[in-house]
Amino acid sequence: MDEHTVFLPRAEANRLLEALAGSGFGRILGPVARDGTLLFQPIKDWDDLPVGVRDVQQPGSYRLQQQDDPRCFAWANGPQALKPLTFTPREIIWRAQRSPDGALSFQAAQDDPEPTAVIGVRACDLAALDLQERHFMHGRFPDPWFRKRREALFLVGVSCAHPAETCFCASTSDGPAITRGHDLGMAELDEGYLLWAGTQAGKTLLERLDLDEATASQRRAVEREIHQATVTQKRTLPGRHLKQALYERLQAGHWADVGERCLSCGNCTAVCPTCFCHMEMDEPALNGQSSEHLRQWSSCFNAEHSFMGHFIVRSDTRLRYRQWLTHKLGSWHEQYGRSGCVGCGRCITWCPVGIDITAEAHALLQETPDA
Amino acid sequence: MKPRVSVHKFSSCDGCQLAFINAGPALLELAELVDIVHFAEAGPMDPDAPVDIAFVEGSISTQEEAVRIRRVRESARYLISIGACATAGGLQALRNFNAQGVGDWTRAIYARPEFIESLDTASAISAQVKVDLELWGCPVNAQQVFTAIRRLLFGALPFVDNEKVCQACKRQGIVCVLVTRGTPCLGPVTRTGCGAICPAFGRDCYGCFGPAENPNTAPLARRFQGLGLMPEDIARRFHFINSQAPGFLEEGLDWDQGTP
Amino acid sequence: MREPTDLPWEARITSRVQETRDIFSLKLELVDPGIRAAYRSYPGQYNMLYLFGVGEVPISIVSDPDDDDPLEHTIRAVGRVTHGLERLRVGDTLGLRGPYGRGWPLQAAQGRNVVVISGGLGCAPVVSMIRYMLRRRDDYGQITILQGVKHSHDLIWRRQYQAWEKIRDVQVLLAADQGGPQWPFSVGNVTVLMERANIPPEDTVAVLCGPEPMMKAAIPRLLAQGVDPFHIWLSIERNMQCGIGHCGHCQVGPHFICQDGPVFRYPDIADWIDREGF
Repeated sequence: MDEHTVFLPRAEANRLLEALAGSGFGRILGPVARDGTLLFQPIKDWDDLPVGVRDVQQPGSYRLQQQDDPRCFAWANGPQALKPLTFTPREIIWRAQRSPDGALSFQAAQDDPEPTAVIGVRACDLAALDLQERHFMHGRFPDPWFRKRREALFLVGVSCAHPAETCFCASTSDGPAITRGHDLGMAELDEGYLLWAGTQAGKTLLERLDLDEATASQRRAVEREIHQATVTQKRTLPGRHLKQALYERLQAGHWADVGERCLSCGNCTAVCPTCFCHMEMDEPALNGQSSEHLRQWSSCFNAEHSFMGHFIVRSDTRLRYRQWLTHKLGSWHEQYGRSGCVGCGRCITWCPVGIDITAEAHALLQETPDA
Repeated sequence: MKPRVSVHKFSSCDGCQLAFINAGPALLELAELVDIVHFAEAGPMDPDAPVDIAFVEGSISTQEEAVRIRRVRESARYLISIGACATAGGLQALRNFNAQGVGDWTRAIYARPEFIESLDTASAISAQVKVDLELWGCPVNAQQVFTAIRRLLFGALPFVDNEKVCQACKRQGIVCVLVTRGTPCLGPVTRTGCGAICPAFGRDCYGCFGPAENPNTAPLARRFQGLGLMPEDIARRFHFINSQAPGFLEEGLDWDQGTP
Repeated sequence: MREPTDLPWEARITSRVQETRDIFSLKLELVDPGIRAAYRSYPGQYNMLYLFGVGEVPISIVSDPDDDDPLEHTIRAVGRVTHGLERLRVGDTLGLRGPYGRGWPLQAAQGRNVVVISGGLGCAPVVSMIRYMLRRRDDYGQITILQGVKHSHDLIWRRQYQAWEKIRDVQVLLAADQGGPQWPFSVGNVTVLMERANIPPEDTVAVLCGPEPMMKAAIPRLLAQGVDPFHIWLSIERNMQCGIGHCGHCQVGPHFICQDGPVFRYPDIADWIDREGF
């Protein structure tokens, strides 16, 4: 929030959707209660949002509950937010053609994403998007598809007042309040929404809405809720910078312990908003004249990930889990200047057997460093 | 000369051959690229003709089949078993758990049991002869079959996905039925390839593509127990379509007589 | 648009040599003359080769970049793509993008003695550097080339090694773990050659390429002989699918082998060499 924070009464909330549509966003995505969770789907009306819905998250378990109140954002998160929008789960990146004389030609896939506004993005998801941008956009080879899709987004972040039991963004300092990465920031009260701009685009939109300033008591109410959302989080990581501590424990017995429990199914990496690993593959047309070269989400929990033709670098689950955790909490610091974990807790909730990254990290640090 | 292809049937429901036939235009396209010399269900009959690729559907359940599969192997340069019956014995391999053999069952079920000539076990093709490639599923995914043929025509070995069904779910945005509803889904230990059809319709995966690479069945079985399944129900989850597949076989046996 | 180097170009096979039962060399010519003229590589870099309809593999560049000859790749048929590449013949086409990665320390080695230690097909990524140095013979000091193979029949380029041996101040030592009756060279691991090599401790740069256990065993011997750890460089191999640091497969600890490597200065990668699971 800043000194220009304005107030949008609940009864007028559709004005925000109208302003977005009027600003050229043909597609507006928001959280929708569906299939027992919250999914980002196209919305046309504020009532499409999950009014009165709560999420109850535990390791390996996710349930929605209905309460009798007007809030639309009184939940923590669903299985995905921004990642599938920018880093497409499966896409063609180029096509190869072979003519009858054997000549090969190549065409890059074209993608012209529709301008898209996303309402209800969490602080953890904005932090994760920043990390994905560092990976896909800010290296030596900026990814054109990711960049185009990213640039087509307008992000309405909503401060989180109802973290789930699995959340630990306070521990990673990535939430629960919206502080960066948003075009528009938003906080929800029973009577309506506080809005503030994070970018010029957000500012322009607010001018279009022409709303009254939020009152001091409204801001205090939001701050109280955010404070409450911070202190109610019980899960923590055992530190902000665990690289050294983990590198010193590569031989810890606990890796085998978690390797016994882990299914190496890759659900954690798929729901993780920062995991970027993907595989590339070809799908040839049956007639043999053309082939599509695709990339799709893959996982360090797959054999494919470390397959070397004549051997697999990480043949067992112990080594795969160690790769994931030492990368996520360790080598990310060297690669991208910070931990790869934003505390969203998705890997805990969506693990079919409820493995808890925070508990595993604490258990590992209990072990004595390798000799 | 076009490569020669055959499709052979052993003990099975014909569903995998139907996957070929139902491919429609792709099958016609295939007929342009290869000579289909034997495919009883579709017409051509020449079971002993030498071929480049032989597809085999079904398990080895009779003495006649045990002999015939050797002839198929000898006539084929590259043998691909298709479907759960051919890769792991299939549903009919549940009889392998009957220590008394099939005689009692045959007598109990058939009016004229003397006409039934079954082996006591149903086995995968790879238990009888060398198999070059296994395509799993009940039925197989026709797309996988055609892609495998295309790769072989390119002179390359086919690539068969062996990751877990969960990843296909997540890529398609299908919501996890185990996490949101407590349904005992086998997806975390099952090989992908089906396109996650069952979870897409809100039901649990029952493992028809068999075990994925590196399947850790024990913690999933314990999770099923936590969801309220009785040990015999857990055993049945694993002992169903791919009861003889390594991983599923042992896990089912572990729960067969109660909590391990 | 994606960098032009990220979309494969069409390349044609101009020559093919079967080196051993499963190793073959392809000379490739980029079909588009403009792209061919603009293409520049550096010893130690690699290309992504694309087999139509099947996929891509990273393959190190064997040819000397300053040579006008076509691009050369020496490949062992181990996986789906390389088995398929093995079946291609002169005149066939494939896709090529690159070059990628950081190559050998040619500048750092200038004016110094150079010892090249390779094992198995690790001889391929170092050849471009050897050829580069031999073309500029006066810029480098003594050159010691040690190559080890598993079986005597795995040795490729025997005549090339014999030719190099005749050049001034070049020592070539070859070894096979299993020699066989016709094997005129040493028997044992490449590290046994280090006892017999005249490796000057002063002013020596060592480059290594081969199986990680081999490199891990050779490095302490180099250090014991007085070679500065900062003058030891090695090339690492991992699963690479994109070549541009995106797909994540090639990570070893914090390093993306495809872009941070494949050539590393020893102290930068020391913690990770031959470490189980990395």
